Amino acid sequence: MDAPPNPWFSWNYLEKNGADVVDALSIHVQLTLIAIVIATAIAFPLAILARRIPRLSGPIMGITGVMYTIPSFALFALIAPFTGIGRTTVLIGLVMYALLILVRNMVVGLEGVDPDVVDAAKGLGYTKTKLLFSVELPNALPSIIAGLRLATVSTVALVTVGVVVGYGGLGQLMFRGLQRDYRAEIATSAVLCLALALVLDLLLMLAGRWVMPWKRTRVS
Amino acid sequence: MSTVADAWEYLTTSSNWVGANGLTTPTFDGGWSWANDSIIALGIEHMLMTFTAVLIATVIALPVGIYLGHVRKGSGATVVVANTSRAMPTLALLTLFAASAIGFGNKAVIIAAAIFAFPPILTNAFTGMSGVNPDVRDAARGLGMTRFQIATRVELPLAVPLIAAGLRISTVQTVATVPLAALVAGGGLGVIINTGIATQRYGQVLAGGIIVALVALLTDAVLGYVQRRVTPAQLRAATGAKASV
Repeated sequence: MDAPPNPWFSWNYLEKNGADVVDALSIHVQLTLIAIVIATAIAFPLAILARRIPRLSGPIMGITGVMYTIPSFALFALIAPFTGIGRTTVLIGLVMYALLILVRNMVVGLEGVDPDVVDAAKGLGYTKTKLLFSVELPNALPSIIAGLRLATVSTVALVTVGVVVGYGGLGQLMFRGLQRDYRAEIATSAVLCLALALVLDLLLMLAGRWVMPWKRTRVS
Repeated sequence: MSTVADAWEYLTTSSNWVGANGLTTPTFDGGWSWANDSIIALGIEHMLMTFTAVLIATVIALPVGIYLGHVRKGSGATVVVANTSRAMPTLALLTLFAASAIGFGNKAVIIAAAIFAFPPILTNAFTGMSGVNPDVRDAARGLGMTRFQIATRVELPLAVPLIAAGLRISTVQTVATVPLAALVAGGGLGVIINTGIATQRYGQVLAGGIIVALVALLTDAVLGYVQRRVTPAQLRAATGAKASV
């Protein structure tokens, strides 16, 4: 008896499950974007705090390093008993990992600003706030954008681990495909995941170029 | 707080550590497998899977990285490998392998974990070898060393700190990847968490999370110590733990 065909790709799957795929994809995109926005909103003040108060820089970097070592699977297990199964748990996990990447890159970027430039601005009478927004931040932008890209790409991949608590976007399709031994479902969601990471990365790269016009002409 | 109490009870019950029927379970074909109800057995299985995956990755990635770094070619390729692996969800690779001819279980997990363990070893070996000061290489050539001697006696010792860092990152990352095995009917410590969620025993889930997190942190600490030990004192300040490219 021949096994029924189980192709890695089939139009038939897409036609019959198009709505499911779109649903999973939109959940995936939403989770990623919300996580990145929240993480940025938290990372920004933290990084500035680390910059303003050098004594806090060590602990902030150290704690983020330790937290980053905790496996995502374990993290979801640690918070799921308290936040329940589903969206909230996944979001908290995603925000945490993105936060760590973002804070590190922001701090590195701010610390890398040429001290002479800062001195010059101070000599011109810049206030602390003006110094931050019109000198330090623009100079740290390359590192910040790099952090944003890295965090976004990692988050897209990480969303799939949300399967553990039943809310993994495209990961949900991968897992369902595995349980039903439906190769087309697994392959389609895997390819979409990679494509999503690629598209978001590209968009952020273009956004980076747009906010850093001075980088366009320079050949690095 | 009952979840915390449940977790504490799970962790302090000795049968959860050694298993109700010992560390191994006989299988139908006369062999044996690690017992799924024993933290120690799952832990051993976890570390064996990690070790196998990292070993496979090292055997392939280390020579390639050292060679490419020595001839200073292929930096673009190593970056592409690193970035693609970052965008590729582990779960995607795991489910793809499990649904393919490789099949469910630990084999699919080890292969997937080995693929993710590959990039850090490759890029760090490459960066370590290619980053050796050109003056040092010139001096070695001036002393009449052959290319092979330069690679093994000059560049390689100087690259050891970065290579060690790469092995550490990749091992810690593999320890963190192996728990996903539980999702594709594999073994390892993730089983504790997965079983706990399936049976709605959240104390066990919390306990499993604590165990996996501790194992990862411990692995990182031990390998960090090893990394510092193999780094000559003169190089310690120069190369911190460079994580990514």
